Amino acid sequence: MRNLSVTLWAALLIILGLGICLYKSFTLGLPLSPKQNTEVWTIQAALNFRGLGGPAIVDFHLPYSTPGFIKLDENFISNGFGLATEEKNDKRKAQWVVRRARGEQTLYYRLSVAGSPQQGAWNSRPEFPQPPTHTEPYNSAIQAIIGDVRNESANVFTYTRELLQQLNAPVANDNIELIRSRVHNAEQWVEEIITILKSARIPARVLWGLTLSDAANDAHLQPMLQVHNGDQWLTFDPKTSRPGIPEKFLTWYVGDDPLFAVEGGHKAEFSFSMTKTYRELIDVARQRAQQTSSIFVDFSLLALPVQSQNVYRLLLMVPLGALIVVFMRTYVGIQTFGTFMPILIALAFRETQLLWGIALFTLIVSIGLMIRFWLERLMLLLVPRLTAILIIVVLLMLLISLISNKFGAERTLSVALFPMVILAMTIERMSITWEENGARTAILYGLGSLVVAGLGYLVMTNESLIYLMFVFPELLLVALGISLWMGRYTGYRLSELRRFRTVKPDSHS
Amino acid sequence: MSFIALPKRLRDFGLLGINQRNADFIMRHNQRKLYPLVDNKLHTKRLALAQGIAVPELYGVIEAQYQTKTISEILGKHRDFVIKPAHGSGGNGILVITGCMGDYFQKANGELLSLDSIRHHISNILSGTYSLSGVADQAIIEYRVKFDPVFEDISYRGVPDIRVIVFRGVPVAAMMRLPTRLSDGKANLHQGAMGMGIDLATGISCGGVLRNQPCTVHPDTRESIMGITIPHWNNILHLATQCADTVQLGYLGADIVMDRELGPLMLELNARPGLSVQLANQRGLLDNLQAIEALKFIPEDVNARVALSQQLSSQHPNAGGVENPASVETP
Repeated sequence: MRNLSVTLWAALLIILGLGICLYKSFTLGLPLSPKQNTEVWTIQAALNFRGLGGPAIVDFHLPYSTPGFIKLDENFISNGFGLATEEKNDKRKAQWVVRRARGEQTLYYRLSVAGSPQQGAWNSRPEFPQPPTHTEPYNSAIQAIIGDVRNESANVFTYTRELLQQLNAPVANDNIELIRSRVHNAEQWVEEIITILKSARIPARVLWGLTLSDAANDAHLQPMLQVHNGDQWLTFDPKTSRPGIPEKFLTWYVGDDPLFAVEGGHKAEFSFSMTKTYRELIDVARQRAQQTSSIFVDFSLLALPVQSQNVYRLLLMVPLGALIVVFMRTYVGIQTFGTFMPILIALAFRETQLLWGIALFTLIVSIGLMIRFWLERLMLLLVPRLTAILIIVVLLMLLISLISNKFGAERTLSVALFPMVILAMTIERMSITWEENGARTAILYGLGSLVVAGLGYLVMTNESLIYLMFVFPELLLVALGISLWMGRYTGYRLSELRRFRTVKPDSHS
Repeated sequence: MSFIALPKRLRDFGLLGINQRNADFIMRHNQRKLYPLVDNKLHTKRLALAQGIAVPELYGVIEAQYQTKTISEILGKHRDFVIKPAHGSGGNGILVITGCMGDYFQKANGELLSLDSIRHHISNILSGTYSLSGVADQAIIEYRVKFDPVFEDISYRGVPDIRVIVFRGVPVAAMMRLPTRLSDGKANLHQGAMGMGIDLATGISCGGVLRNQPCTVHPDTRESIMGITIPHWNNILHLATQCADTVQLGYLGADIVMDRELGPLMLELNARPGLSVQLANQRGLLDNLQAIEALKFIPEDVNARVALSQQLSSQHPNAGGVENPASVETP
């Protein structure tokens, strides 16, 4: 019964922890593995105009919903202009205002984005459009096309797809050729399609966006087609007829009004430039955390100041080290000096690296032991004796650092990071075990401690695990569940299989 | 011989592993608040005395460093005594003095000690060197047991004692722990002492273990340890059963010595007895433990419980098979 409730609790905790972790991963785009770097595009929009001397107002469309990308940061650089932003009807606009604009004025808008599995968030609901009136022969052509497409479609999605396919067909009939003949650029092409859709009473609009490339100084917004199916906005590529937003296409704004409008200025020039850089994923995740409004992210460790973050990066690994200790003790049956002493040693190994760490640890403990045996003859009381050992340990660390510095072995300088109190306690315990239970037991325990510390080190310095624990601290619940579950293990330890290998069940029956 | 045994073999043997001992027996049957009673040997001794259980006579207790100066007064005329820590474990920190040569005291292994060395040993005890958690401790000075000559040939300097595992007040297994040269006269199997399994029903030795290996000859005296009859066996089982009643622990190891004049004396109790008794007897503990756990009714009477335990082990003499709890009659 107790086993059952422990198993239930453990399962609950593990499922809860993994569930939150996967939820965060899928909905917020927090990656599960720390690919060291991720692609980040920085897009800069520059607007140049000459002020007329009076007040100037500049309206500029900002990216609103960016499916496939997450906005990392956004900067507005404008000298002397007041800035206001507003969000309405699937649009986000910036307005720069200045009382007197004379001469050359430059406004910058800089945006960094990174790939992220986000969905579009256009929520506005359009009204059913009134069919526009057309002049002949276009009217007949459009009516004919509408009729053809209607026969071969079932809903808004298939209607739009079929229309696009017919319009883009390499071999086209006269009606389509007629439509094509009055189109001169991509924008007009989309406008034409929208008009046809409106004639079929399907709400449609232009979606403007940028195709991201590694480096470009003269990029232009490209128009895409969006239709509303009564539930949501569907996007189509008007040239390839393909539904959905193309890869590496950063959506900027919707609507047929221009990207920017300058009032009180002239000779406006506009340019987009973009660069691709690689940034550490954890940085990106940190910025995502500040942008996305989700309860899980609001309480994310990424929101902490960087220094505290580094502390937690370390602290969150300690439970994993403890799980290693539990496993090695309850399942393998390795004996160590002190329950969690190996974890502290493993933390010290982080600075010294494993092999140096083991070498230095062994060196200090063996010299310390020799001196401890000599101290035994002086018959000191326990606490003064411990203090003496502590001082000797510090002296040894000092000596090792000084000597190795002379020989230029920098690695050993990090000996100073060993927890000296732990070393002193280890020496004391080891010497008592040595006297009470013999050298064999003492060395066995010492080796056991080193083995567990080494394993703990390997686990606690694993980059993937550090990343996982830090970005998904709810995995602590999983660790808790595992420790509960291991806590009711009543089977044999590996060491017992060896200790009791001589028993013969057969001889009794 | 294989390097390790498969878990199945151990299960068939009825072996109790340390994880199961802790989880299913110690945690379930031993209340934590009772641990101080057995962890402090002074408490155990006083409790036992109050219940009329035979223990080695207490000469004195040293509780503070300043008292070490007056050690000679406490010792009085005793030149034959044992000093041990009240919170010691595994036989650590026990100093056995067998006599006196001039100003020097003689240890069990013949080594001579000055009064100063004894003082240092005591102050080490007081500062917690041998206690489990390193907390300040008390030093107990008590009667040194003169063990029964029956065991002369099978022990090497030191006092052999009998460890009886008692579960729910019913003895389930017993072994004698024989000091060896390796164990430095200590009766602790981890330190190299020998374990001699004793059949509960008859009180006759039936096997041995040395350093986890089966062994039927004492390594130092070369005497066989098989077929030795333990004197006063029923008294020993009675004593062990009474000890369990005294401290109310469900799962406990009672350490009993045989004094040649005073008979069985309770030395100390252990709330976490080790598993080697299974090797000494070549018999797993699980069958008996589960049979007793399945009993709804355990008799009050000490004699009835001793009889029950002997019945349990004689019903399946050296049996490793599955015990049927229903077949155990309760008198």
